[in-house]
Amino acid sequence: MARIIGGVTTSHIPAIGNAIARGMEEEPYWKPFFEAYPPVREWLDKEKPDVAINIYNDHGLGFFLDQMPTFAIGAAHEYINEDEGWGIPTLPSFPGDAKLSWHIIEEMVADEFDITSCQELAVDHGFTVPMQLFWPGLRDNPNFPRAIPISANTVQHPIPTLKRALAFGRSLGKAIRSYPDDIKVVVLGTGGLSHQLDGQRAGHINKEFDQMCMDKIVHEPDELTKISRYDLVKEAGAQGTEFLMWMMMRGALGDDVSVLHRRYHIPISNTAAGTLLLQAA
Amino acid sequence: MEEAHFDHHIDIPGTVLFDGDMAMKGYALNKMCFSFNKKENRDAYLADQEAYMEEYGLNEEQKQACRDKDILAMIAAGGNIYYLAKLAGIYKLNMQDIGAQQTGMSVEEFKEKLRKAGE
Repeated sequence: MARIIGGVTTSHIPAIGNAIARGMEEEPYWKPFFEAYPPVREWLDKEKPDVAINIYNDHGLGFFLDQMPTFAIGAAHEYINEDEGWGIPTLPSFPGDAKLSWHIIEEMVADEFDITSCQELAVDHGFTVPMQLFWPGLRDNPNFPRAIPISANTVQHPIPTLKRALAFGRSLGKAIRSYPDDIKVVVLGTGGLSHQLDGQRAGHINKEFDQMCMDKIVHEPDELTKISRYDLVKEAGAQGTEFLMWMMMRGALGDDVSVLHRRYHIPISNTAAGTLLLQAA
Repeated sequence: MEEAHFDHHIDIPGTVLFDGDMAMKGYALNKMCFSFNKKENRDAYLADQEAYMEEYGLNEEQKQACRDKDILAMIAAGGNIYYLAKLAGIYKLNMQDIGAQQTGMSVEEFKEKLRKAGE
């Protein structure tokens, strides 16, 4: 049977992709951020997951406002990265696992989650940057896993509640664990933490709130579901709503987890970056 | 029985929540910006901005905000920051340039504000 070995969170902003493309990892501005990743890579290289479930939010490449799914799951054999318009280099395609995708979709719809399935899905920086951070070299990396993108809407309100995100993760975890093949699965929760790109409040960062979220998500994720979407925007910033992806990841891991690694750094571009490696029991 | 009217709008100072009302208001502008994922469309915009805006049916408020490269005005006209970022990218403006413009700071001041948030 499939086994979920753990979950990893990371920021996924395009500036990280740009820094990787330009080889800026050792520069003073970027070094404290990139230092968070070697322990995660060591763990992934040791555990060698077969599949990465990559939970992210599309930012206007795969979806437009004409049709905006609240929860979308990739069901393709591969996923193409395309030009997003502002200059980070386009990456080679990412191998998928369509069989596992359809199993997850079947099980989650049976579990009463209404899923949008995508046989074609262009994946943007939200998906690609975490893959680059965790598996440098991508297809050239011997441990590069197959990947399944799951995108939640944080572009346009109404966005899902934190409670729904956690419940989605729990249903996703149940679906994965019922898959008959003996594979190892890692779940990525990407985006965040606090940041705001738009309006007079651009540049809003909330260290205290972020750290509270990083504390509670480990053993008390249900406590965080008491935060309303209004309060999430107010505290974490308009784009800090990406914390939803962390909650989806957390739900998939089951109740019993342990923290193997934790880092928090301000700022990268306009964003507070949180990295958390959780091992599932 | 009188039907209750639900107002979904919420007020957070300095923040325009991109909800259904804004999504309808800004649809043409955001659709134009979405087209900038493709290089030929970015080139076409630079070659003839007025014709390109007309093609996507932008209203005058949206057109003027684009002419002025004024992000706050674009947001007020229904622009969503993720799509507007693609327009800003045409002019090689990144998120810190945009942040500085919206907050009335220099880019250096804006970066310093962000750095201080980590102290």
